[in-house]
Amino acid sequence: MGVRNPVTWLGSPVFPKAAHEALADTQLRRNLRKATTTIRTKRAGVVAELDDWERLRQAGEAIKDDVLANLDTYLVRLEKAVTARGGVVHWARDAEEANRIVLDLVRAEGADEVVKVKSMATAEIGLNEALEAGGVRAVETDLAELIVQLGDDRPSHILVPAIHRNRAEIRDVFRRGMAEEPASDEPRDLAEAARRHLRRKFLSAKVAISGANFAVADTGSIVVVESEGNGRMCLTLPETLITVMGIEKLVPSWQDLEVFLQLLPRSSTAERMNPYTSVWSGVTPGDGPRRFHLVLLDNGRTATLADQVGRQALRCIRCSACLNVCPVYERTGGQAYGSVYPGPIGAILAPQLAGDMHDEQAASLPYASSLCGACYEVCPVRINIPEVLTHLRAEAVRAKGKRTPEAIAMAAAAWVFADPKRYEAAQKAGSLSRLLARDGRIKRLPGPGAKWTDSRDAPAVPKESFRAWWRKNHVQRS
Amino acid sequence: MSAPRVALFATCLTDTLYPETGKAVVRLLTRLGCDVDFPLAQTCCGQMHYNTGYHDHARPLARDYAATFEGYDHVVAPSGSCGAMVREIHPSLCGTSPAVERTYELSEFLVDVLGVTDVGAYFPHRVTYHPTCHSLRMLGVGDKPLSLLRAVKGLELVELPQAEQCCGFGGTFALKNAETSTAMLADKMRCVQDTGAQVLSAGDNSCLMHIGGGLSRLRTGVRTVHLAEILASTEEEPWASATR
Repeated sequence: MGVRNPVTWLGSPVFPKAAHEALADTQLRRNLRKATTTIRTKRAGVVAELDDWERLRQAGEAIKDDVLANLDTYLVRLEKAVTARGGVVHWARDAEEANRIVLDLVRAEGADEVVKVKSMATAEIGLNEALEAGGVRAVETDLAELIVQLGDDRPSHILVPAIHRNRAEIRDVFRRGMAEEPASDEPRDLAEAARRHLRRKFLSAKVAISGANFAVADTGSIVVVESEGNGRMCLTLPETLITVMGIEKLVPSWQDLEVFLQLLPRSSTAERMNPYTSVWSGVTPGDGPRRFHLVLLDNGRTATLADQVGRQALRCIRCSACLNVCPVYERTGGQAYGSVYPGPIGAILAPQLAGDMHDEQAASLPYASSLCGACYEVCPVRINIPEVLTHLRAEAVRAKGKRTPEAIAMAAAAWVFADPKRYEAAQKAGSLSRLLARDGRIKRLPGPGAKWTDSRDAPAVPKESFRAWWRKNHVQRS
Repeated sequence: MSAPRVALFATCLTDTLYPETGKAVVRLLTRLGCDVDFPLAQTCCGQMHYNTGYHDHARPLARDYAATFEGYDHVVAPSGSCGAMVREIHPSLCGTSPAVERTYELSEFLVDVLGVTDVGAYFPHRVTYHPTCHSLRMLGVGDKPLSLLRAVKGLELVELPQAEQCCGFGGTFALKNAETSTAMLADKMRCVQDTGAQVLSAGDNSCLMHIGGGLSRLRTGVRTVHLAEILASTEEEPWASATR
């Protein structure tokens, strides 16, 4: 392997350590609780309006599973259709290759600045940094991405990357990063400041870079959904448009889009329909960009596809519903996950795309969950996130080997559970913990148990287990 | 018709740490006409191993479970989490078995199999109920536990705000991500205290051990009592549950 996959951020601490810092930030906790509670409630409301929601989810799952099972066929079909309509298709094995392709294309246009539509794929490959290193400035035009970029910050949410910031903080970021500072921290004034800042960029940019929410294989049409209209400015004004798209973003036909254009807005922004849906197929003379390049990105997807359990993560349509209901995400925020893909989906997607469970940080992500299952319940394409989490935990365990203290303790526990006699002996030995207890409660446990008693009393093991009582009081049958 | 032969799958946690819950299930099911047995070959369903990523250790435990509980009409567990491990995960580890297919979480068994919601219980306390994640989302027990509690004489049931939010236990999550687990616990405890309930009940002793451990650390005076112990309690024989 060449350069490190930037899907997880270099130097990020393991999840429990990152969470420790995030949990201490009370402002962050307040911002997140307010934002996630609001959107969670709204989502539940708009989903309840549809009596066929469960069938829509099943349809979304089935379409994506078909795409994944026949990905090669659909990709070639897409390439043909895009090419026939005047676009150019590029194939990128990994982040490095994709970044190089894009940089070369931008240079060929003679541009030193590009405008960007909000895109997870380009964030995943660290495109902005790669462009910067090549002397090209990338300007984020999505309001939240702009806040992150101007604040020299990192995203913490898939849909709302600046969800960890409140109005006052955003005003400060704008003050420092814009020529004209916002009049106040009222949303209208903040939006107005961003509008003035961006308008100049839209009018001068020769090249725009976007991601894609969907691509229709039959017609080569690319679809971007958004709320602000800034994306549409990028997609229509510049002369050249470059789209970077993960290879799993395909749908076979226009008919399939119908399902996803219902599932996505309700799951992500809790809207019945998103304000802007832009669709383009190749180039159209006299209308929009004159040159269109589509970069098809693998970056760990083919490897993920090979995993029978893990591949369902590739159904993801990046709606963020799982983040908004996740009790862990709500407390730690997104940056603790150390990846552009935070929350439950990030905990299964980032380590798979990174593809190296020997990496401690990546291996800590599948454990960043209480397995409560709230994510699976809301996922519009029915990704069984808890199932993939436990599957990836098994991979993490395999990578760590059998000699860790945990592995040894687990093997010992399994040995005890394998034989009722050993198990009963262990119960009796455990009941000595009564000696540590007062009123049946233990305030401080030694060793790893201290992690429990730091915040919770532990029960003492009673003198008589249930089975001992049963044996005493019930005649043995058979 | 002869009494159904019901095996109690106590779960290792209840067997070891909360024997009173096991006794309560025996008393309750016997009162409702079941012939209850506790096969002594049982140990653990393997959930801790499975959920922590030690699938190879969980597999033999799943096999043992199928063998131990073969031949009963029903298997009843006072745990949504272990019940879900058996019903939802065991088949993926070692195939399905009659034991797996006949396994029920307690409230499911009472409502769906025995067809009762009023079990003749008496428990004169202000109680709030936390629906545990696996009973709710993996087994789909819905409001069965609540309908059982509503029928308990003397019991004042108060609604728990944000009831469906996870308490933060999560098995080894409580140790591996202890601080996040504790942050979730803090919010759950605040909701419990807001109800003014004297007793917090749930269908899983694991979650109750976590929430109860926090409530006791803060000396809130709120007691945690497993659903089975409330349902076992009658006017003639009030349940003297162990303190937690």
